Amino acid sequence: MTHFSALSLFKNALSGHKNWQEQWPEREPKAEYDVVIVGAGGHGLGCAHYLAKEHGITNVAVIDKGWLGGGNTGRNTTIIRSNYLYDESAGLYDHAVDLWENLSQDLNYNVMYSKRGVLMLAHNVHDIQSFQRHIHANRLNGVDNTWLTPEQAKEFCPPLSIDPGARYPVVGAALQRRAGTARHDAVAWGYARSASQRGVDIIQNCAVTAIRRGPDGAVEGVETAKGFIKAKKVAVSAAGNTTVVLDSAGVRMPLESFPLQALVSEPVKPIFPCVVMSNTVHAYISQSDKGELVIGSGTDQYTSYSQRGGLPLIEHTVAAICEIFPIFRRMRMMRKWGGIVDVTPDRSPIVGKLPVPGLYVNCGWGTGGFKATPGAAHVLAWTVAKDEPHPINAPFTLERFTTGRLIDEAAAAAVAH
Amino acid sequence: MSAFRIAGKGRVNHSKPVRFTFDGKTVQALDGDTVASALLANGIHLVGRSFKYHRPRGILTAGSEEPNALVGTTRGPGRFEPNTRATMQEVFDGLKTESQNRWPSLTMDIGSVNDRMHKLFSAGFYYKTFMWPRSFWDKVYEPFIRAAAGLGKSPTEEDPDHYASRFHHCDVLIVGGGAAGLAAALTAGRSGASVVLVDEQSELGGSLLSEPSIEIDGKDAWSWLDATVAELSGMANVRIMTRTTAIGYYHQNMVGLCQKLTDHMATPPADAPRERLWRVRAKQVVLAQGASEKPLVFDGNDRPGVMMAGAAQTYLNRFGVTVGRYAAVVTSHDSAWYAAFDLLTAGVKVNAIVDTRAQVDPTLVDSARALGIDVFLSSTVTGTSGRKRVTSMTVAPVTDGKVSGGSHVVACDTVLMCGGWTPNLHLFSHTKGSLIWDDENKVYLPHEKTEECQVAGAGRAVWGIADTLKDGADAGAAAVKSLGKSGAAVTFTVSKDRTGSGETHRELPTDGDPGSARAFIDFQNDVQAKDIRLAVREGMKSIEHVKRYTTNGMATDQGKLSNINGLMIASDALGRDVKQVGLTTFRPPYTPTTFGALAGYHKDGHFEITRKTTIDSWAEEKGAVFEPVALFRRARYFPQGSEDMHAAVNRECKATRTSLGMFDASTLGKIEVVGPDAVEFMNRMYTNPWTKLQPGRCRYGLLLGEDGYIRDDGVIGRLTEDRFHVTTTTGGAPRVLNMMEDYLQTEWPDLKVWLTSTTEQWAVVALNGPNARKLLEPLVEGLDISDEAFPHMSVADCTVGGLPARLFRVSFTGELGFEVNVPARYGLQLWEMLWEAGQQYDICPYGTETMHVLRAEKGYIIIGQDTDGTVTPDDAGISWAIGKAKPDFVGKRSLARPDLVASGRKQLIGLLTVDPKTVLEEGAQIVDDPKQPIPMKMLGHVTSSYWSEALGRSIAMAVVEDGRARDGKSVYIPMPNGVIEATVQASTVFYDPEGARLKL
Repeated sequence: MTHFSALSLFKNALSGHKNWQEQWPEREPKAEYDVVIVGAGGHGLGCAHYLAKEHGITNVAVIDKGWLGGGNTGRNTTIIRSNYLYDESAGLYDHAVDLWENLSQDLNYNVMYSKRGVLMLAHNVHDIQSFQRHIHANRLNGVDNTWLTPEQAKEFCPPLSIDPGARYPVVGAALQRRAGTARHDAVAWGYARSASQRGVDIIQNCAVTAIRRGPDGAVEGVETAKGFIKAKKVAVSAAGNTTVVLDSAGVRMPLESFPLQALVSEPVKPIFPCVVMSNTVHAYISQSDKGELVIGSGTDQYTSYSQRGGLPLIEHTVAAICEIFPIFRRMRMMRKWGGIVDVTPDRSPIVGKLPVPGLYVNCGWGTGGFKATPGAAHVLAWTVAKDEPHPINAPFTLERFTTGRLIDEAAAAAVAH
Repeated sequence: MSAFRIAGKGRVNHSKPVRFTFDGKTVQALDGDTVASALLANGIHLVGRSFKYHRPRGILTAGSEEPNALVGTTRGPGRFEPNTRATMQEVFDGLKTESQNRWPSLTMDIGSVNDRMHKLFSAGFYYKTFMWPRSFWDKVYEPFIRAAAGLGKSPTEEDPDHYASRFHHCDVLIVGGGAAGLAAALTAGRSGASVVLVDEQSELGGSLLSEPSIEIDGKDAWSWLDATVAELSGMANVRIMTRTTAIGYYHQNMVGLCQKLTDHMATPPADAPRERLWRVRAKQVVLAQGASEKPLVFDGNDRPGVMMAGAAQTYLNRFGVTVGRYAAVVTSHDSAWYAAFDLLTAGVKVNAIVDTRAQVDPTLVDSARALGIDVFLSSTVTGTSGRKRVTSMTVAPVTDGKVSGGSHVVACDTVLMCGGWTPNLHLFSHTKGSLIWDDENKVYLPHEKTEECQVAGAGRAVWGIADTLKDGADAGAAAVKSLGKSGAAVTFTVSKDRTGSGETHRELPTDGDPGSARAFIDFQNDVQAKDIRLAVREGMKSIEHVKRYTTNGMATDQGKLSNINGLMIASDALGRDVKQVGLTTFRPPYTPTTFGALAGYHKDGHFEITRKTTIDSWAEEKGAVFEPVALFRRARYFPQGSEDMHAAVNRECKATRTSLGMFDASTLGKIEVVGPDAVEFMNRMYTNPWTKLQPGRCRYGLLLGEDGYIRDDGVIGRLTEDRFHVTTTTGGAPRVLNMMEDYLQTEWPDLKVWLTSTTEQWAVVALNGPNARKLLEPLVEGLDISDEAFPHMSVADCTVGGLPARLFRVSFTGELGFEVNVPARYGLQLWEMLWEAGQQYDICPYGTETMHVLRAEKGYIIIGQDTDGTVTPDDAGISWAIGKAKPDFVGKRSLARPDLVASGRKQLIGLLTVDPKTVLEEGAQIVDDPKQPIPMKMLGHVTSSYWSEALGRSIAMAVVEDGRARDGKSVYIPMPNGVIEATVQASTVFYDPEGARLKL
């Protein structure tokens, strides 16, 4: 497969781009694989990439009921940060950021990781207490996160209104400088291309209908729309559909699925230099390379698999954006869409082994899964390869919901992911 | 008169000239023009530059699907917006418009160098390069890409306009006021149903506005239209809204509408909202959104002067504007022939009609030839020329899909193209209604619906006015019937109708290399046919991948013009049937919608309500500093003179501890729990036992989540056997009520209990301090409030100063305390009465900050500050609040989980800094060994920290691993500028540990 570079681009331009090859060839499933990964999102494809690259396991299939990267990988607002409170979360997300920094080079695919900085706004005394707690914990954990005054925040993000008379005035902000955004589709495609290049089969439009277990209880393979595929190890990385897939293996997952919406404005010239999040007024915003303002909205109040959502949430979100950035009131919403977030009781993910031999899971990312993509994929691959968790994902077990060893970031700080 | 305007023609007002500017130059227009029609009237075709290659672009359409002619519009200070469709913006005196995405000027654009390097800038090129050196991405490459992209400029000033919103319910909502929509509205309106008819244009009529020669019911189209609009306007049950776009179709037949109110006015009425967002819940929806004309894909199809044939017809008939002097037509559909005839009749020379079809209705061909037009059937266009305006097009014959002969050049200043018509099914698709490919018409049609709606007219490939009117009337009748009303479909007689058919193409055949043709599909995003093929070649086999890799359909028109052409070319490249390839998902909004309209009234003070107590005005008068607590604003402290917060708080604390303080506690949540099973309900909800609590007595109540962690707390009084007065935290009130209702309705529906939020029924004044009783005693009637008769944790009804009151003897400060609840309307009266009467004791009003300090001195926790959703009762040191003999309560099971009883949990303790003057920072992290390397092992964090005036030193509370076992031991708080040492105190009580002061 052609190595991507300015030179190869130039050479191919001369030949009218007719000699590029498929980035991931279409494959029919083989009868048996060493590992089957259910779900061809960034997490699943990334797991395949790391299995092949770091563990030498290449007899792997990634199977998806739709097109690769078509779930939450391709629907999120692409925010990347790691300034989480608890050691467990900080470890996992910071591991991901470390990998983000070199991902384009690792994959030979420009995923456009842009260290624009993520600014989290504080609007009241409670926010200040909570952010300070984060900043102190991050400092002692070696995670970058600093406190800014309203004036410093305005300097970092000029469109920000710091009017002290606002309904929710900005009283300060926490800034993680190495946080930012990336091009979501490129992440899925880059992993797919790299995994495929290393021998992994990517099988799209082929639903996994059940996981088959043998008489000893261990995994034997998966039933799919294209027949049974044998595999001693199956890793499920299927977001909200994880519950459905794992039900068939007799594993009940503590997940609820909600529609989450996002929207973009019409594209404009560069105006917004960073990512801003405000949990108190529920607003998340950045500007894409194309120039659109990318805005995250909230989850509907009901569980659903419908990838759309109601208008009232959008109204509230846009009102919040206009409140913090009044210059955007005459901008226009170009497109809005919905994704399905799978949420655990403590809103932290489940990454690791399941009580069924040969069965692994990576799910429950709620609204925060994109940023963790390389980190989660990396430790999941480790877990699958060695049949034991990597120290980073060891705390993110399913059992914690029985033992009570929860990792509840949101409860700890009222901070949505 | 502008050079390309035909005197007296069209629906514009020829006696009312309007002047606006485009890139600083004055443009003569007429009232009723759009920016696009006025520019065309003045011979201006070059209007903008494309997104990626910065190619010169003209006006392509006459509607909201316009991808090219986007302009910045200014209508006074703060009233600038980018990316406005010139085809939709109505002109008025004083409007300023500017072209976009060009520098330094529209005619001389540096960015057009990208077009010279187009071979390099293929689809997705940026995924393949810009990776070396690594640091160059965010420093060099990305800023460059961002600056080149982005179209218009963002507004930079605050918007002075305001926006409105409304809810509406109706029987039938009709989207689209063309022939189908009008027929549906007449039918539904005459049946008596309540009807809303909306159209995005400035007037009703749809395609009838462009087709005046058709006759309906014996009248010409415009006379019929006038009569029809008059009839509908006269119906009290019909509401007509123009300039109103149905932006999205949601669950249960809710449609969002955005109505533009002032953007077309030179001087809008004072205080008029600019736009209004409607949420309409309709029993039936009729979607009559018509169809969009599809471009043809050929080399050079994007030059200024190349436009849709139907658009040229609209500019001519509706606006009285000819789009050129000598036109050439390329089409695969009959409709462009009529456009050519209309133009020719108006004096435009039509040099050629090129039709890709071998067989065309002979009457059309004969008419064309009779009019002196050169007709080329079974032919293709292989290219055009002209940089800033098309000057010619090249025509070649086609046999079996291939160019089969020599080409020749047709000179023209305008190319009119038509590749057929695409039904507009966006709203239908929003509902997740399924579409089905119609192989005969080569279009997607509505199939299975999920909402109560009808699709009528061109939206389901019904062509010609006669059929469309009938289809619309039938849809209206079907809607009426579904409502259970009676009303027959209105019938119409139509003559001089124009109907027709066509065929659908991928790219037009060419004799050149299709791999180098500049044949555009998505005009704005510069996606060419070859880009689609490249995407497929690279393995993008899902149409969603093709879209995302090429950005086809992702421009501001959201694929209205490009989706089907992209799909056709992709399906060819994939070697798959179109219906197997499928469409990408249509998403709201139908056209881009102003943020301000979505935000509506929710702006500034109305962004979210500010709840205020009845005593708030008094605090404001006294100069209190406020803080937001949930939706409330609460007085934080009452500074005197030049006091800062600390000075004020020290004074307020001291006054309360030594004499008397008063505090507005009205914001605390209050829930009345009533019913024969009230005590059972309380036993199940709260951790504490309630059975033995006597009426007239109170108890501290602790509420857990199902996970065993503390959710809320508050003092709860038992008023009678079957009635409890529950208080909650200020922020927790709605959550607690929701949680109670959830359990009551879903888990314990058998319990006879009723819950009522009484937060806003009561105003509450807390009196704290050794003189509290002295103040209150003379005012209370009907109750002995001596310590013997009314001990700590009592509740009773009485009157206070003549006001009916529910009096609690409770304390959150550790001092003798009373909380006087009176009906909210007496709150201020009570406060002022106590304030007056309290002067003899130097009564001191205090705010939330003093309340926090006083309670911390006593070790009382604040939910959400000292707890965070991961704290059990034992962690917080309040396991005494658990009724251990109770069979169950919410969270009980979880409290027995292994991790909740394991050692090493973080426990709430007191913390005293070694240096008594050092006040710790709340949120600071605590470690055993401050010298360890990063990442450090953290033991916990400081939850509350204050200067205690009563103790003359700092105090703090913290959650620390195995905290209580560390009693007397040192811990360390590493701060950026040094390490602070502190000593653990197992108890969180710093002041009056015996509680003697409560018992005065």
